[in-house]
Amino acid sequence: MKFGVVVFPGSNCDHDCWYALSGALGRPAEFIWHKDGDVSGYDCLVVPGGFSYGDYLRTGAIARFSPVMEGVRRHAEQGKLVIGICNGFQILLESGLLPGAMLRNDSLKFVCSYVTLRTETSATPFTRGIKKGELLRIPIAHGEGNYYADEATLAELEKNDQIVFRYADAAGRTTAEANPNGSLSNIAGICNKSRNVFGLMPHPERAIEASLGSADGRRVFESILAEAAR
Amino acid sequence: MKAKVYVTLRKSVLDPQGKAVQHALETLGFGRSVKDVRIGKYIELELTGTDPAKAGEEVRVMCEKLLANTVIEDYRYEIVEPAREAAKAAR
Repeated sequence: MKFGVVVFPGSNCDHDCWYALSGALGRPAEFIWHKDGDVSGYDCLVVPGGFSYGDYLRTGAIARFSPVMEGVRRHAEQGKLVIGICNGFQILLESGLLPGAMLRNDSLKFVCSYVTLRTETSATPFTRGIKKGELLRIPIAHGEGNYYADEATLAELEKNDQIVFRYADAAGRTTAEANPNGSLSNIAGICNKSRNVFGLMPHPERAIEASLGSADGRRVFESILAEAAR
Repeated sequence: MKAKVYVTLRKSVLDPQGKAVQHALETLGFGRSVKDVRIGKYIELELTGTDPAKAGEEVRVMCEKLLANTVIEDYRYEIVEPAREAAKAAR
């Protein structure tokens, strides 16, 4: 399985993603400059975190019009895998590949800390190797991670089992206290209806080795690799 | 010709910035005068066209596609013709 890490002006987690895939997991991974519309050589595209285009106008709003996003859209339409992390999630929302939108954190503060995620579904290529209800410790770092969708969209997400991770406390309860940003229904990550496009605010690539504080993020990438081997 | 575009969070969406400013205004003693605060963006476009109707339609598409995210934001705009602007300034 070959990974492509998309790089926008202002991406800053691209090297971490590349390291997680090629260094820690030893898989082929390459950078794709945002002006390159041809992504046909890759099996899984990673839209990494950062501040693409300085977050001007809205997070992800301008990156969405980069030539590479047309390639990402085609790639997704073919049923191939796309994972958007943090700013990458915001870009996938703005581009309409995932439903909903991001608001400023309800605290109005940039939050950088470890959070506990409760796995809500194993029925995605990104969480196939993680049991439903299993808790992962993965860091977040964002100012606009307050996920919002209207009631109809939320009902649709619930009905189709598209909510992948929720913020929870150490006991796995999705309380208001465990919600770091005010996200609707404690949502930390969702997938699309066809389950091949996944976006999440936490950074699995930053929790890839025990020496970094947690290796739980590995589980997401290992699920992707296991999926490819199926 | 100019377009003045105003983008604010939709009524159904909580505006934490607006709430923080409202709280600060209360602290300043304006609690009784201010019922609600919504913070938004103001975008000014310098347009090349001369037909306000056509420009208005274009600006609407710009808002829908880029300037506002209609999942969370409302927008409105005015098309301002230079002659009217000048007349306003002269008054």
